[in-house]
Amino acid sequence: MIEELGTTEQGELVINIGPQHPATHGVLHLVVTLNGETIRKVEPHLGYIHRSIEKMCESLSYRQFIYTTSRMDYLSSHINNHACALCVENGIQVEIPERAQVIRVLMDELTRIASHLLWWGAMAMDVGAITPFFYAFREREMINDIMEETCGARLTMNYMVPGGVMMDIHPNFQRRVKELLLQFKHKLPEYHELVTDNVIFQSRTKGVGYLSADDAVSYGTSGPTARGSGVPCDIRKLYPYDVYSKLEFSECLAKEGDTFARYLVRMNELEQSIRIVEQLIDNIPEGDFQAKTKAVLKLPKGEFYQRVETARGEFGVYMISEGAMQPYRIKFRSPGFSNLSALDHMARGAKIGDLVAIMGSLDLVIPDIDR
Amino acid sequence: MFLVDYLKDITGAIKSLLTGMRRTGYYFTHHKEIITQQYPDNRDTLKLPERFRGEVVMSHNESNEHRCTGCTACELACPNGTIKVVTKFDISPEGKKKKAVDKFIYHLELCTMCNLCIEACPTDAIRMAQSFEHSVYDRAELTKVLNKPGSKIEEGVE
Amino acid sequence: MWSLSKISGLIDHWLNGKLGSGWASVAEMVIVGLCVIGLFAILGLVLVLMERKVSAWMQIRLGPNRVGPKGLLQSLADTLKLLVKEGLTPDGADKFLFNLAPFVAMIAAMLLMAPIAFAKDFQIWDVNIGVLYITAISSISVIGILMAGWSSNNKYSLLGAMRSGAQIVSYELSAGLSILSIVVLTGSLKVSDIIAAQQNGWWIFKGHVPALIAFVIFIIAATAETNRAPFDLAEAESELTAGFHTEYSGMKFALFFLAEYVNVFIVCAIGATLFLGGWMPFHIGSWEGFNHIMDYIPSSIWFFGKTFFLIFLIMWFRWTFPRLRIDQLLNLEWKYLLPIGMVNIILVTIVAIKGWHF
Repeated sequence: MIEELGTTEQGELVINIGPQHPATHGVLHLVVTLNGETIRKVEPHLGYIHRSIEKMCESLSYRQFIYTTSRMDYLSSHINNHACALCVENGIQVEIPERAQVIRVLMDELTRIASHLLWWGAMAMDVGAITPFFYAFREREMINDIMEETCGARLTMNYMVPGGVMMDIHPNFQRRVKELLLQFKHKLPEYHELVTDNVIFQSRTKGVGYLSADDAVSYGTSGPTARGSGVPCDIRKLYPYDVYSKLEFSECLAKEGDTFARYLVRMNELEQSIRIVEQLIDNIPEGDFQAKTKAVLKLPKGEFYQRVETARGEFGVYMISEGAMQPYRIKFRSPGFSNLSALDHMARGAKIGDLVAIMGSLDLVIPDIDR
Repeated sequence: MFLVDYLKDITGAIKSLLTGMRRTGYYFTHHKEIITQQYPDNRDTLKLPERFRGEVVMSHNESNEHRCTGCTACELACPNGTIKVVTKFDISPEGKKKKAVDKFIYHLELCTMCNLCIEACPTDAIRMAQSFEHSVYDRAELTKVLNKPGSKIEEGVE
Repeated sequence: MWSLSKISGLIDHWLNGKLGSGWASVAEMVIVGLCVIGLFAILGLVLVLMERKVSAWMQIRLGPNRVGPKGLLQSLADTLKLLVKEGLTPDGADKFLFNLAPFVAMIAAMLLMAPIAFAKDFQIWDVNIGVLYITAISSISVIGILMAGWSSNNKYSLLGAMRSGAQIVSYELSAGLSILSIVVLTGSLKVSDIIAAQQNGWWIFKGHVPALIAFVIFIIAATAETNRAPFDLAEAESELTAGFHTEYSGMKFALFFLAEYVNVFIVCAIGATLFLGGWMPFHIGSWEGFNHIMDYIPSSIWFFGKTFFLIFLIMWFRWTFPRLRIDQLLNLEWKYLLPIGMVNIILVTIVAIKGWHF
């Protein structure tokens, strides 16, 4: 019967993990070649949720196209919007008020916390522990409520506009963020008790999915995936935008390059994000939340590029303007795509259970990869 | 020495497992930590923040007057073609022709709640409502005319 | 005071009077069979509901609370839904084995009911090799799983079944060793003897540290043998979608589901019988008054109380721990549990020979 099941010439088993599979967090399709339980090859097939966002953006004005980027990496939609807003602002040469910059950075970091929380829950679920997911969502829900109150939406906010932010922060914003920080300080040790220190989790992740620093660079990985291999690549440090240059926070690095290292980098990033929010939340300067811009934006002829650090890595917006109301061409550099390309390299020789853990540690968001 | 490490391994492992079990055991016994919201039951107390974007509506006052001048700024601002403003020409008492909105058509099924139309509106005629239970059995019901029948523009809105 | 043994005695007496001894035993077999099936159904309903409530409370949720008062009828509604669902058989499947597998799993679980003492003098079959019978029959359940995995003609199912085979075969060893330690202490394979030996204290207290170690090993091995998380590799949903029962639907799936829960009940019942004294009430040395109060609690309540405590423990594991990897699972067995179990059985033997236990 084995022959009927579809095997290669060497008697290896080829199985499709995805597009509908509980471990792929969306519609990723992995064609996995197995020898028993051991993985010989992983071949990601993309495009199941391709919506041609880049092409769509070419027919939208500079104000309009930003909302589509919320739908790419939907877990760091603020940060994606931020990148696009910054890129347009580069083009129209407008000075952003200090208040708007601080609000943007605050929102970015809250988004990063929310994204890492979801990742933490999903990662724990991938290795088989279901309960942490619910604990993560308890805190994430608080962030979503804050977002809902200030930005008007929970996931696809479209809050950053060229020139600043769309609305001023809600009067309750500071109070609620402080509540969140308090809750978080209280609950973060729980996360470590439940998952980080757990001996089963550690044995599932330590030494699994090794990615050397050289490979991390050559595969173009970024964000926690690369930092877990010891490659410093935090855009907030290397090419600071908005008020990041004035903030105190450290770039989280780990040397091991395995799944556990990537896990620790993300957990430390949570703490660093909290540190940033703590620095800013009482120091939001007075002033306008939006710079005066023309009703119809037109970028001068030329090329513009802006990179930011999303929760997953380096997100870049490359824009060509012909001087019209719409961009001539837009290209997004999404972190997930490059991170996914390293999956095959990491997973070879591992077990099926490892593949799931490695995928969890990459924190893939499929709409971000397919766009 | 090997045996000591071996036993240390085991006790460390058991300790870490028990720590996790204590955590879940705590939540098992402390029911006040439950965060479930029983959604359809709590409709009466469920209050969404005023900025929440549920759908676009047009405000009308008591005498059935809205503030829309039919300038189509929202239509231009919309990235998806959600809004279609059909204009007509009213004859004012002085005998002058004046542009006014005839039908403000809003396609809820296309709307992404990006708020750009509300930002673009110069007269604050439209706003976001907090309703979110939009499911209907017929897709045609999602295409709405926002200005109420027989309504006209409020005095003094240009 | 009524008790289960009295009721069964009355029925036996009445039947013998009415039908004569030959037909009476036939009628009794039928009654026992019906009772076991009924117990199965009730256990399935209760344990599924319990699992859902336990998981919900650990996950700061409310759990089922819509069907019936406080959601008590939820699992009944689930059963109804599974009953009316179409039982699909995939095209390429080995139809005979595919349809047989859930019943094999079910029957293996059912056979294990025989030597369990549910209350004082209330036992289906007090066979003199009771413990041996249990260890022998519990190995059969793997055949059902292997059958299901193989006949489904699905790669996930096959992988799940192979994992399950490796897992159950290896964990059988340490489960057997820890059961053996109690046999050594008691000196009998008969279940009723083992319970009687715990008259003045349960083995987990009487047997010092070795009995405690045996108990811990037994609980781990039992969790693994019933394919429960953290050892649920056979159905690891984030890796193999549903493992060996990926292709099953409707009532055939429900049978697997039921067999899993009944297996959990049985291993916990065995654990309770061997280590916690079965239906024996909790007695403390010379505290006459206390012991007397304990005796007033019916023996069936003692048995089910202990069993459900162990079931809760296994559920607690499931909702706390991540899943192990297949090689780690086997490492745990061969590098940790088995050597410890072997050393432990030597200690138990010394304790038994020297008569150091209480």
